[in-house]
Amino acid sequence: MYGSIAAIGAGLAVLGAGLGIGRIGGSAMDAIARQPEASGKIQTAMIIAAALIEGVALFGVVVGLLGNAK
Amino acid sequence: MDLILPDYGLLFWTALVFICLLFILTKFIWKPILSAVNAREQKIAESLELAEKTKAEMKALQAANENLLKEARAERDAIVKDAKETATKMVEEAKQAAKTEADKLMASARQAIETEKGAAIAELKTQVAAFSLEIAEKVVRGELSSDDKQKALAEKLAGDINLN
Amino acid sequence: MTAASKFKLLIFTILSLFAVNFTFANEHKGEATSHETEEEFNVGEMIMHHIKDAHEWHLWGGHDNSVSIYLPVILMDGGMKTFSSSHFYHGEHKTAVDHKTHEEISYMAGVGPAEGYALFHEKIYKMENGELSFEDGHAHNDRVNDFSITKNVMSLFFGAILILLIMGSVAKFYKKNGAVAPKGVAKFLEPIVIMVRDDIAKANIDKHKYHKYVPYLLTIFFFIWFNNLLGLIPFLPGGANLTGNISVTLFLAVCTLLVTVFSGNKNYWSHIFATPGVPVALLPIMIPIEVVGILTKPFALMVRLFANITAGHIIILALISIIFINKNMAWGGLSVPMALFISVLELLVAFLQAFLFAMLSALFIGAAVEEAHH
Repeated sequence: MYGSIAAIGAGLAVLGAGLGIGRIGGSAMDAIARQPEASGKIQTAMIIAAALIEGVALFGVVVGLLGNAK
Repeated sequence: MDLILPDYGLLFWTALVFICLLFILTKFIWKPILSAVNAREQKIAESLELAEKTKAEMKALQAANENLLKEARAERDAIVKDAKETATKMVEEAKQAAKTEADKLMASARQAIETEKGAAIAELKTQVAAFSLEIAEKVVRGELSSDDKQKALAEKLAGDINLN
Repeated sequence: MTAASKFKLLIFTILSLFAVNFTFANEHKGEATSHETEEEFNVGEMIMHHIKDAHEWHLWGGHDNSVSIYLPVILMDGGMKTFSSSHFYHGEHKTAVDHKTHEEISYMAGVGPAEGYALFHEKIYKMENGELSFEDGHAHNDRVNDFSITKNVMSLFFGAILILLIMGSVAKFYKKNGAVAPKGVAKFLEPIVIMVRDDIAKANIDKHKYHKYVPYLLTIFFFIWFNNLLGLIPFLPGGANLTGNISVTLFLAVCTLLVTVFSGNKNYWSHIFATPGVPVALLPIMIPIEVVGILTKPFALMVRLFANITAGHIIILALISIIFINKNMAWGGLSVPMALFISVLELLVAFLQAFLFAMLSALFIGAAVEEAHH
């Protein structure tokens, strides 16, 4: 039972992270399209921002693992 | 739960290996690599700078050359012009001098001619006067050689006066 | 068919074979450790077994013909005790009844020099009266201080040796040739070294101070990258889930924390203990938040690396397990290409996570050494 609830939690975390990273990716694409010469800087900033969001999502995954443990 | 609990044994070995690795890599590997890369970058930067400098120098040199050439050309032109001018001037002067000399000569010649002419005319006049006198004397003598003639003349002269 | 596409097909076939072999080994391993109680293939147990540490390095085979390298066990229990882990794996099978769930649980009791110790779920316990007692699936006995050369420690050694060999050859190239254009391995690794120096260190740390941190960032980057890649190799020198182990990422995160804290200047600490522009009345709230902030940053680093690498291993194993769940080779047509795709993605993730760890470390260090400018 713990496992299934943890899975729902992990799913929610993934949903949030997916939305967040999707927005970052979309905005970065817009920015690159507008200023192709700054694509290197934009990519770095995008990866960092995505990593920060991913970190929050991974907290969710870890909590899921904690809940999943017998 | 085991998955997210650290294991002291592995922690210890990680620490040992990582610290040794950090030490060895920093001392024996990163240092030569980074210094070589830095040295090369510096070399490249210096070479680029040198190339730029040389280029600028070349440009300056070229400009100086051009200037020099221009100056030389100008000088040459000036000299040629000067020479031409001088030549013209000299010719002009010579011409002028010749002309004045010629004029002077002509003037003096004219004067001499004039003087000679004057003298000749004066002489001629004197001669002509002398001849005229002689002729007049002869004529008068002939006219007045007889009474008839003297009378005729007197009558004629008188007739001329009457007519007037 | 062109030579290039032939080559691609060959690579694809080899990779698929590796992927399949790898899973066979793991499947048998999963059964080997628990074949006393269950014969059925248990995906969860197999995956958990792979991503956790072990005292042996399983090579191939299963059941009775499994071939493993038994790694040395080092215990600190009233003096150092060293023996081969085969004394556990070829020890005595014992079973005990859980006090709470009343299920039968099997474990391995050591023999010979391992007498008195028992191995349960790759953890070594001290036996009481010749047995372990369980409650709710956990052994109740005392743990022993276990400094064994486990699979992950072996992988750690491999990784360190690999880094030293490869980076050593690069360093030797420069020592021999001086500041010339790189060739060979140096040509491949130099842009990465320069990337760490310029895009990670110089971009995030004050330009007068970054030199000091470049060796640390380089070490952490190459350590994580090489070990990530080693973890993706499914057989001997690789296959351990080293960078997906919380102990390793914990140590790396603590290193970044220590570097950050010890290089923090007056400006950094004043932002934590007397944040400019914040009313004094709010400081009792702000200070704990800021202090927790110091810790959450490396905590996030730790969890990010651990979860990313572990998740990658789990996904690949789970995809391969499709074949064994369905007990039909034909499912390989689905699972092998998918596992291959994820494996290629994991190559990217291996680099990306190393880059991110170094990048965020540089970001934290940069914030700690930044001079006041407002």
